[in-house]
Amino acid sequence: MIPASFDYLRAGSVAEAITMLSDHGEDAKLLAGGHSLLPLMKFRLATPAVLVDIGQLRELNYVRGEGGQIAIGALTRHHDIANSPEVRAGAPVLAHVAGQVGDPQVRHRGTIGGSIAHGDSASDLPAVVLALGGSLIAEGPSGRREIAAHDFHLSFFEVSLEPDEVLVEVRVPRAPGDRWGFEKLTKRAQDWAIVGAVAARTEEGVGVALINMGPVPLRATAVESAVASGAGAAEAAQLAAENTEPAADFNGSVEYRQHVARVLVRRALEQASV
Amino acid sequence: MRITINVNERSESHEVEARTLLVHYLRDEAGLTGTNIGCDTTSCGACTVLLNGESVKSCTVLAAQAEGTNVTTIEGLADADGRMHPVQQAFQEYHGLQCGYCTPGMVMAVTSLLAENADPTEEDIRVGLEGNLCRCTGYHNIVAAALAASKIPELRA
Repeated sequence: MIPASFDYLRAGSVAEAITMLSDHGEDAKLLAGGHSLLPLMKFRLATPAVLVDIGQLRELNYVRGEGGQIAIGALTRHHDIANSPEVRAGAPVLAHVAGQVGDPQVRHRGTIGGSIAHGDSASDLPAVVLALGGSLIAEGPSGRREIAAHDFHLSFFEVSLEPDEVLVEVRVPRAPGDRWGFEKLTKRAQDWAIVGAVAARTEEGVGVALINMGPVPLRATAVESAVASGAGAAEAAQLAAENTEPAADFNGSVEYRQHVARVLVRRALEQASV
Repeated sequence: MRITINVNERSESHEVEARTLLVHYLRDEAGLTGTNIGCDTTSCGACTVLLNGESVKSCTVLAAQAEGTNVTTIEGLADADGRMHPVQQAFQEYHGLQCGYCTPGMVMAVTSLLAENADPTEEDIRVGLEGNLCRCTGYHNIVAAALAASKIPELRA
């Protein structure tokens, strides 16, 4: 399978990428590692007229500790996040989950910014950033702005980036220690989650997020409230499917996914010592 | 557009369409047909090559994205005298193949795995090869070959 024809532009800087996006508007798509976009283009589910390749921009490839937060450049690959001493110590749940995305070859190409900006609720990393209460930094013609993770995903494959904005950084609060849990149900190791759950304790409390349980990554707010009120893992997890709208497909019905969500949230909470 | 890639330590430069996938560039432009196309959907790993020393699935990389990089295919593993790479030797010795279709990708994936983890356990190898499928289900000998390769001194240097 070969993608439909497109014009290929290689940006030499973030500023140049923004200019290229401004010039081409809705016709252009950013290309990072390409491991979400290129498969869609090969199936002709996406047919952008222009690709702006930012994949080789070193300025967006970094992990930095900044006070109570860890700042990760949007083009940092899953492989590098999984092996980053800074992330492993400061946000071990993020390092662990980055090491569970796809397979080694995918993790050598895929980037955290690409995974989040793609807007697929079946992706693992958006849910981690959501559970941690992180934020995303977007840069456009008029400068930078910070978007809370819970405001970032709007709808099915739709995020709150303007056509001329680049997601440049992912920020998560430090959440060291072993008070976190991650569960993902797949048929094959490398598959997207049929359902997944993340639990992470931060200074704000225990955050719980669900993978592939609706058009966007979801916070399990009912579970979080129950935990905050002193409920144990088994009791709180019973609320995991509240306000979820999972799709029914060949991997499972709505009821099946909601059942699995309750099971996985319980396990994730138990791993997080709730 | 003209794409220049250092393939197996030789500079390849070809005029291709922007949508050309790396695997097609390697097979059809550079004439290196050792890299197989299997599923063509980032699942099976048959098309695995090394990009700057790391395993990638070349069906999901544009040739344009590899501009200026070092790519190693199965043809680039043996030394100049034709002596096979230790991973290839181990696959031969342990019969780490049945039909052979997945073998180039498996060998490249193992090479990348051992570059990152010189002393893997059997579990590390099984998990590390999750991106490569063998439809003959010949995993037992593939894992044995990878484990044997990890004990070869020149890979551990």
